Amino acid sequence: MQIGPILVALRRHKAGTTLIALQIALTLAIVCNALFIIQQRLVRVDRPSGVQETNLFVIQNDWPQKLSPQDADARMRADLQALRGLSSVQDASSSNSFPLRGSGWDNFVRMTPEQVKMTTDTAIFFSDEHTLATLGTRLIAGRNFRSEEVGSQGGTDPMHARQIIVSKGLAQLLFPHDSALGKTVYVSGDNAPSTIIGVTDTLQAHMTGLWAQAYAYNALLVPARLTGDSTFYLVRARPGQLADAMRQAKAALYAQTRMRMIPPHDGVMTFAQVRERAYDADYGMAILMGIICAVLLVITAAGIVGLTSFWVGQRRRQIGVRRALGARQRDILGYFLTENLLITLGGVLLGIVLALSMNLWLVLRLGVQPLSLTYLAAGVVLLLLLGQGAVLAPAMKASRVPPVEATRSV
Amino acid sequence: MFGYYFQLGMRSLRRNPVLTGLMVIAIGFGVAASMITYSVFRVVSANPIPHKSSQLFTALIDNRGPQYNEKGEPPEALTYTDANALIRAHKAPRQTLFYQVALAVLPEGERSLPTKAIGYATNADFFGMFDVPFQYGTPWPAQMDERRAAVVVLSHELNQQLFGGANSVGRDIDLSGHTYRIVGVTGHWDPKPRYFDLFDGSAFDDPPQIYIPFNRADDLKIDTAGRNNCGGAPNTGVGSGREGWLHGECSWIPVWVQLDTPAQVAAYRSFLEGYAADLQRAGRFSWAPNVRLRNVTNWLSFEDVVPPESRIALIVALGFFVICLVNTIGLLLAKFMRRSAEIGVRRALGAPRREIYSQFLIEAGTVGAAGGVLGLLLTAVGVGGVGLLFAPDIARLAQVDLSLMLLTLLLAILATVVAALYPTWRAAKVQPAWQLKSN
Repeated sequence: MQIGPILVALRRHKAGTTLIALQIALTLAIVCNALFIIQQRLVRVDRPSGVQETNLFVIQNDWPQKLSPQDADARMRADLQALRGLSSVQDASSSNSFPLRGSGWDNFVRMTPEQVKMTTDTAIFFSDEHTLATLGTRLIAGRNFRSEEVGSQGGTDPMHARQIIVSKGLAQLLFPHDSALGKTVYVSGDNAPSTIIGVTDTLQAHMTGLWAQAYAYNALLVPARLTGDSTFYLVRARPGQLADAMRQAKAALYAQTRMRMIPPHDGVMTFAQVRERAYDADYGMAILMGIICAVLLVITAAGIVGLTSFWVGQRRRQIGVRRALGARQRDILGYFLTENLLITLGGVLLGIVLALSMNLWLVLRLGVQPLSLTYLAAGVVLLLLLGQGAVLAPAMKASRVPPVEATRSV
Repeated sequence: MFGYYFQLGMRSLRRNPVLTGLMVIAIGFGVAASMITYSVFRVVSANPIPHKSSQLFTALIDNRGPQYNEKGEPPEALTYTDANALIRAHKAPRQTLFYQVALAVLPEGERSLPTKAIGYATNADFFGMFDVPFQYGTPWPAQMDERRAAVVVLSHELNQQLFGGANSVGRDIDLSGHTYRIVGVTGHWDPKPRYFDLFDGSAFDDPPQIYIPFNRADDLKIDTAGRNNCGGAPNTGVGSGREGWLHGECSWIPVWVQLDTPAQVAAYRSFLEGYAADLQRAGRFSWAPNVRLRNVTNWLSFEDVVPPESRIALIVALGFFVICLVNTIGLLLAKFMRRSAEIGVRRALGAPRREIYSQFLIEAGTVGAAGGVLGLLLTAVGVGGVGLLFAPDIARLAQVDLSLMLLTLLLAILATVVAALYPTWRAAKVQPAWQLKSN
C-alpha cells in the first residue's frame, strides 16, 4: 500500500479530514478521562469498610426532651438491654456514628503533648464492649474493652479517653515500624495521654469525602456512651433474620418509651442502604460518564461512516478508473482503511495532548487523580479500532464499484 | 423566502433520512446532556439572594492563631463569646447570629409520637436580613430577644403539617417539653444554596422548619444540632460540661451583618479589627488581628459550594456537545456538497450567494430545531432520571422549566446554524459553470 497517493488525495479534502481528526481527538480526550473517572469512583465504592455488612442495621434515636447525662445513659443502657434480648438480634451497641456515615466526630492525633501540628486525623466512635462484635470487626492485637471500663460522657464535654482501641490503618500511620499496642498518643480534648489497648482489623472511618481520603481508614474507639440529644444503635441480626430484627427492634424501643423519635424514612437503615447513600454521588458519576462514553463512541463512529460514504460517492469515477487499470477489490478496500488509519492517527496524536491537558485541569481544579497512561493507551487502541470498524462498510461499498464506472460521466 | 426555504429544508431532511437522522440524534443527545447537567449546575452555582448579595456579610475572627488555623483563615463560624459580643456591640444596621436546633414537636393527641423539627435559634433581625417571606403573623420584635421570650416562627410546611395550613398565630406549641407562642408562619422559603449556613454543610438540605429566639434557646441550654468545630488546639474547653464548652474556643455560631454602604463596610471592618486587637491586649489572642468580612458571593466561592461532581459533569457534557457539533459540521458538509449540481443550477439562474447562504442556513436551522425537540424529550427523561446520577439532595434541584426548555431549543438551533457556517460557505463557493459543464 502506497501512502503517498493517499496523502495527496487527503490534501484535496482538508475540511473533512480535519473534522474527522478533530472529532477523534476530542472523543479520545473525553473518553480517556471519563473511563478513568469511572474506574477511580468504582475503586472508592468497592473498598472494604471492615464491617460485616450483611445482617447489620442502624437505628437513629433522638430524645424529644433534654435529659440529664445520667438519665440519658440509663435510657441508652435499658434500650440496649431490650435490643440484645430480642430473639432475632445477635448483638447491639450504641455509638455516635459508624463507618460510611459521612458526618460524625473526628479528632486530631498527636504523638506528644507539645506537638503543634497533628500527626493525622481520626474518626471517633464512642463504643462499648459489644461494638466490635456488633460490627463484626476482629481484633488483631490486644484486647476488647471490659464492661466496667465503659463510662459515659455528655455531648458537649471534651473527649477524654484513657484507654483506646485503634483501627489497623490508624495504628500503621502512627507506628509504622512498631506494634501500636501499649503505646500512648494524645487525642483527648484535655491533652492527656491515651493508651492503645487493642488494634482492630481494617475499619473505615465515617468520613467518605475526598478531603478525608488520607484518613479513610482511621478509626478510634473510645469506651463511653455519648449522652447527647441523639444516638445511633448498631444492631446485628441473627443470620437470615434481618427484616424481623428491624421490625422487632423498632417495636422494642417504642415499648421501652414512646418518648423518642426515630425518623420515619431513614431512622432504621440496613448497612447496605448506608453504603448506597455514602457512595451515591460516585455511582451517579460512573453512570453519567458511562452513558456519555457510549453515546460519544456511537456518534463518532456514525460521523466517520457518514463522511466516508460521502467521499466514496464523490470518488466513484476515480475508483472505477483504478479498477479498470487493474486495481483489485482489496486494493480499494485497503486504500480506504489506510486513509482512515492515517486520519485517526493524526486525531489520536492531537487527542493525547487534549486528554492530558483536560486531565491536568481536572487535577488542578477538582482534585481528580492524574490520568494513568494505561487508560490513554487503551483509549488510543479503542479509537483506532473504532475508526477501522466504522470505515469498513463504506470501504466495502467502494470496493464493489464496477470498473465500468470509469466510462460513465458523474 | 423564509417559508419557502423552510419547506425546502424539510424536504431535504426527508431526502437523506439516515444522514439527517444522524445529525438530529447527535444534536439531540449533545444538547440534552448539556441541559441535564446544566439544570443541576445552575441551581448549585446560583446567587440565592441577588439583590442583597453584596450587602450581607459574615464576620469571622481568628481565635486559633497562626499555629492552629487552617491556611491562615479564621474558622467558618464564631465562638459563643465572640458571637454574643458582636451582637451586643450592635455596630451594623442589622445583625444576626444563629445555630441549628432540632426540637421535638409534641402534638396534642396523647397517642401520637413526637416528631423532629429542625431549624434555627436566632434573633429578630434574621428574618428581615435574609428576606424571609411571611404567610401569617410577623417575625418576633427585637424586644422579645431582650426579654428572652418563648416565641416561635413556624415554616409554611410545618404549619401545613401541624395545623392543616390554618392561621396558627397566637396558639401555643410544645417543643421538646417547653411551651412556645407562635408569632408567625413563613411562606415557602428555601434559598438554594443556603448561603448563610454553609458552616453546617446545609447548603442543599431541606428547608428549616422552626425559628426560636437565640436567647431563649440559650436559657434552655439547647445544644447545637449542627456542626461544632473545636479546631486542633488542645485544651479548647475551659473545664467541662456545657459551661466549659460555651466559654471555650469551639466555633459553632455563624454571625451575619447587613452593611448597605462602602463606608459602613469599612467601619465594620475596623470595628472587627479593633475587637480582635482588644482581645490580643487582654491576652486571649497572642497574634495580630486576623478577621474577615465576606459577602454572600465571596462566601459562596470561598466555601466552594458547587459539588465537584456537578462541575465535572457539566464540563464533560459540554465537551460531548462540542463533539456532536464537529460531527454535525462534517455531516452537513457531506450533505451540502452532494447538492453541488443543484447549487450550480440555482447560481446559473441568477441566485446571488446571499440566497444560497439563507437557504442552507435555514435548512441547518431546521435540522437544529429537530435536534432541539429530540433534546427536549431526552432532557425531560434525563431530569426525571437524574436521581441516578447525583446524590438525592442535589438531584432534586434539577427541574425542567420554561426557561430551560427555551434555552434547549435555542441552543440546539443556534449551535447547528453556527456549525453550518463553514459547510454553507463551501456551498456558496460552488462555481456554477463547473457544475453545469459536467452534466
